[in-house]
Amino acid sequence: MTRSITQIQQGLADGQFSSVEITQEYLTKIGSFNDTINCFITITDELALQQAQAADAIIAAGKARPLTGVPLAHKDIFCTDGVKTSCASKILDNFIAPYDATVIEKFNQAGAVMLGKTNMDEFAMGSSNENSYYGPVANPWDFERVPGGSSGGSAAAVAARLAPAATGTDTGGSIRQPAALCGISGIKPTYGRVSRYGMIAFASSLDQGGALAQSAQDCAILLQTMAGFDARDSTSIDTPVPDYSAHINQDIKGLKIGLPEEYFGEGLDADVARVIGTAIEAYRKLGAEIVDIKLPNLKLSIPVYYVVACAECSSNLSRFDGVRFGHRCADPIDLEDLYKRSRGEGFGDEVKRRIMIGTYALSAGYYDAYYLKAQQLRRLIKQDYEKAFAEVDVIACPVTPEVAFKHGDKSDDPVSMYLQDIYTIALNLAGLPGMSIPAGFSQGMPVGLQLIANYFEESRLLNFAHQYQQVTDWHLQVPELK
Amino acid sequence: MTLKIEDVRNIAQLARLQIDDADIEQYATDLSSILALAEQMNAVDTTNVTPMAHPLDATQRLRPDEVTETNQRDKFQAIAPDVKNGLYRVPRVIE
Repeated sequence: MTRSITQIQQGLADGQFSSVEITQEYLTKIGSFNDTINCFITITDELALQQAQAADAIIAAGKARPLTGVPLAHKDIFCTDGVKTSCASKILDNFIAPYDATVIEKFNQAGAVMLGKTNMDEFAMGSSNENSYYGPVANPWDFERVPGGSSGGSAAAVAARLAPAATGTDTGGSIRQPAALCGISGIKPTYGRVSRYGMIAFASSLDQGGALAQSAQDCAILLQTMAGFDARDSTSIDTPVPDYSAHINQDIKGLKIGLPEEYFGEGLDADVARVIGTAIEAYRKLGAEIVDIKLPNLKLSIPVYYVVACAECSSNLSRFDGVRFGHRCADPIDLEDLYKRSRGEGFGDEVKRRIMIGTYALSAGYYDAYYLKAQQLRRLIKQDYEKAFAEVDVIACPVTPEVAFKHGDKSDDPVSMYLQDIYTIALNLAGLPGMSIPAGFSQGMPVGLQLIANYFEESRLLNFAHQYQQVTDWHLQVPELK
Repeated sequence: MTLKIEDVRNIAQLARLQIDDADIEQYATDLSSILALAEQMNAVDTTNVTPMAHPLDATQRLRPDEVTETNQRDKFQAIAPDVKNGLYRVPRVIE
């Protein structure tokens, strides 16, 4: 049950197993472990078997498409027609999406099978998956620890091999951080590369869909289906999608990797630093040239991010008003009471905090001091990367300052939780693509290496990640589930 | 910036969020510490820096003003909390 996407594609093509058989195998495993790991909010077993049956007929007819019959899990932020789409919020607990997100539509067209919808932090706000209406997710490497967030359910499902691969979204690290803490590979593409249509909005100028999988090779296969221009997303970028698997085997000899000194300073756990150092050595042996670079505005990325993200979320989440869909309070006395109690009852604490911070930052008299200032600093952060990419091909650094922490360790103090995002959020502010790949272990828990490339250079990221995975086996390590 | 109880009430009102009285003080503490974090931005002079609205400085696309969606009122209203005769119902707003 540790088959990669490539192996599943091969097995289906050779007739080693049918899609129904393999789908059933995953559903059985989900049935055994979901109570403990809690990585799925909804298990779509009936739909999955129907889709698998249809896929088998298509394969038998010799009309298989790239992902025909391959089971996948989807983060519960992507709207799925006829299937509950909760965003892990009470306010959407009764929401059966009336349409498919573009990403879901593309996977359906490619013939993929949906196993279910994965748990997450409510509205993707969080770094530990503890902010879910459906309860926390356990890290498959140690059930007492968090899987990271916000795509914690997707990361845990793939790490536990309850799904071969999963979709996720990344607003401030929500693919890379859980991928790192669960020991799997995750890619956050360039802003505008994957359509946001039907992906429930948190911070529209930062949100980007991507993939969590067992290897860079599998990430490439998923991204191939997900990426592309979509007229229904006003910030989708109309630029051709390259063949992401085509250049994966290229030699990286002579290419330059930059190590930003700001990512290796105070706050980084010494043992995590050791693991990252070993990974950098592996790249040196692969022939890459390692150079030191500077990203001086990194430390500003946390305040900038929490102003931009909260401001945008306060605006985006105003649509949840208890009128057209979602939770409505009982017996409202007037319209304002309906709005206030529906929202007050429907949103969790972290979501309320962020809505209020955003409302404050956008209110009359404060806009310039907060949102405008943040947008100015965002340009400085972007310029740091521009300077860096004039010198290097890829930036390498840690994903998180420490390995997965225990449930409850940081949930009382929002700011200490926010500081976990220090290495991941600058990239979202700049709109750049990034990856996390397994690079070793510290205290028995996985450590992720982050790779960052220039705009639309996902192929380069996948190439660098795949080359590393050819000479290491960290990505093949699987937790023993009891 | 330290928020007072009254500030939190005002913000919650602007955001149309019902907050229990028992929780207001905790929100005041948490929101104040988040705003203190945000104030770290003031350490950098940003005079003459153009605000960045889009990572690739893209602008909004326009499309012809044509009907592209079909009417799916029944489907959309099937998930609404309260509808009657094809209309969404809310408490009376006009006396």
